[in-house]
Formats: sequence, structure tokens, C-alpha cells
Amino acid sequence: MRPPPDDLALDAADRALINALQGGFPLCDEPFRAVGESLGLSEGEIIERLRALLERRVLTRFGPLYQIEKLGGAFVLAALKVPEDRFEEVAALVNALPEVAHNYRREHAFNMWFVLATETSAGIAAAIEKIEAATGLTVFAFPKEREYFVELKLDAG
Amino acid sequence: MPDEIDRRLIVATQAGLPLVPRPWQALADRLGIPAAEVQARLAAMLASGVVRRIGAVPNHYALGYRFNGMTVWDVDDARVDALGMAVGALPFVSHCYRRPRRLPEWPYNLFAMVHARSREAALEQVERIAAVLGSDCRGRDVLFSSRILKKTGLRLTDG
Repeated sequence: MRPPPDDLALDAADRALINALQGGFPLCDEPFRAVGESLGLSEGEIIERLRALLERRVLTRFGPLYQIEKLGGAFVLAALKVPEDRFEEVAALVNALPEVAHNYRREHAFNMWFVLATETSAGIAAAIEKIEAATGLTVFAFPKEREYFVELKLDAG
Repeated sequence: MPDEIDRRLIVATQAGLPLVPRPWQALADRLGIPAAEVQARLAAMLASGVVRRIGAVPNHYALGYRFNGMTVWDVDDARVDALGMAVGALPFVSHCYRRPRRLPEWPYNLFAMVHARSREAALEQVERIAAVLGSDCRGRDVLFSSRILKKTGLRLTDG
């Protein structure tokens, strides 16, 4: 999956919508109408713009964001040192696992960083074993020991 | 703890909300419960932290944040909690965690994510973190992401 092109031509209403919708989507009967009222847009326009932003992958999703640990599940960051000539092959093997929620290439000897998300903590060890068996590489797991801050909000400008 | 209905609600919403004027009603129809119950269950899961937030997840790249750096630091274990709180309080740090070292390959125990629209701006953020850590920093690195290989988020199975 390549990053989308640089110029996605977001207009002022798209930017205002993205900034307004990063949290606090109302739990009222007609939430899109409520958001529209605060932005001066119609309910239909909010829904159409959201649909277009999701289709263009400006937004990767829209809805509740769950904290899987609270459900008894686990999120673990892990990394691989992948030989460059095997990078695409290994990326395909790793991405094929449903337990892999995100995967990024990073510029470092540890060049593949992914997040394993499983419903039980035992699922993490099983996923790591599967990746090691499939790739022949050592998985370095970096479970979080403490969270100091998490608040992903980006200013759309 | 979430019960079976919460779990079905999670499975029904993990890929996203229905983009219709009454999304809670649409979910309620699918689950066979009243819309007010969908709203109440989500409110309860927000309060307990099972739901972090309800909203949009932007693609960093698409918003021009093309320089996403995972900054990593080797700091004294006795000081890491105080320093982690201070680094997490910086306005441009989106995530900050303590994680285990993997010696000898990986000496870093403090991770902080930064996001910027230019490499220079990202490196300036790295320096601001370094300033907070001061002489407690024994080693550091920054790993920029150069490709999103996968981004799907949580997937519970249905059942």
C-alpha cells in the first residue's frame, strides 16, 4: 500500500470536518445533522464528504476506536530486520496475518515495524511463532510497559 | 467487562460506522436492540475506556504529515517514568511509551512518536525531546516511516 499522492485538494470544509471529527462524535439520534449544524453544513453534505474522504483514503476509518487491552486482548509492537532483497516477500507474509493491524517500513536496520492485535495475550505469542516460521527471521517484540500519552490528533490545516 | 452484546456491537463497528443519517438506529436494527441501547452501551464503553474515542482516523500522509518519526531513547530505568511523562506532555508527541530493551541490538527503553510536514520540522521536534531529557539521555535514534505496508486496525472475529 503506497501513500496517497501529495496533493489531495482538501477544501476548507473538508479540513474543518476532519478537525471536528477526530473525537467526540455525538451519540444523539442524528449525529451527522448535529455535526453539520456546528460546521454550517447540511447533514447530507457531511455524509457525502465523509464517504469521499474515506474512499480517497484521506481517512482510514470512521467510527469507534477500541482499546483492545480493555477487552482482554493485547496490542504488541514488534520489529524485524529484513534483508533488503527479501523485503517485499516478507512484507506479504507478515501482512497476510489477520493479527497484523499495522505495518510500516522504517529506515533502520530494524526496517519493518508492525503492531500485533489479538483477542488474548496468548494470541501474540502464537502470531510471533507463525511469523518466525513463515519468514525464518527473529521477531523482536516490544510490548508496552507503560503508556505515558496517547492522543493522535492531527491538524488538517 | 463488555458482554456478548457489546462484543457484537464491536464486531459491527470495527470497520466503521454506517454513513446514514441515523447510524445508531442502523446498528440497532442489525443487532436487534433499541437505538437507545446502542447509544448507552457506547457511552458506557467510552466511560470505561474500552472505546478511546468515536471519530475519524486520518491518514497522516494525506494530511501532509509525511515525516512520521519513531524517536527512541535510552534513559535510566529509575528516571524513565518521570521523563516519559514530561516527553508525553510535549504538544507534538502523539504516543509515548516505555518498552523493554533488546540488548545488544536495541538499547532504547523510551519511545515517542512525532509527526511533521517536513524532515526539518521533525528533527526540530527530536531536539526538543532531547532538551527535555538532557543528561539523562544515554543514546537515541529516530526511525522515519517510509511506507505504510498495512493499516487495518483491530479485527475481532465474529463469534
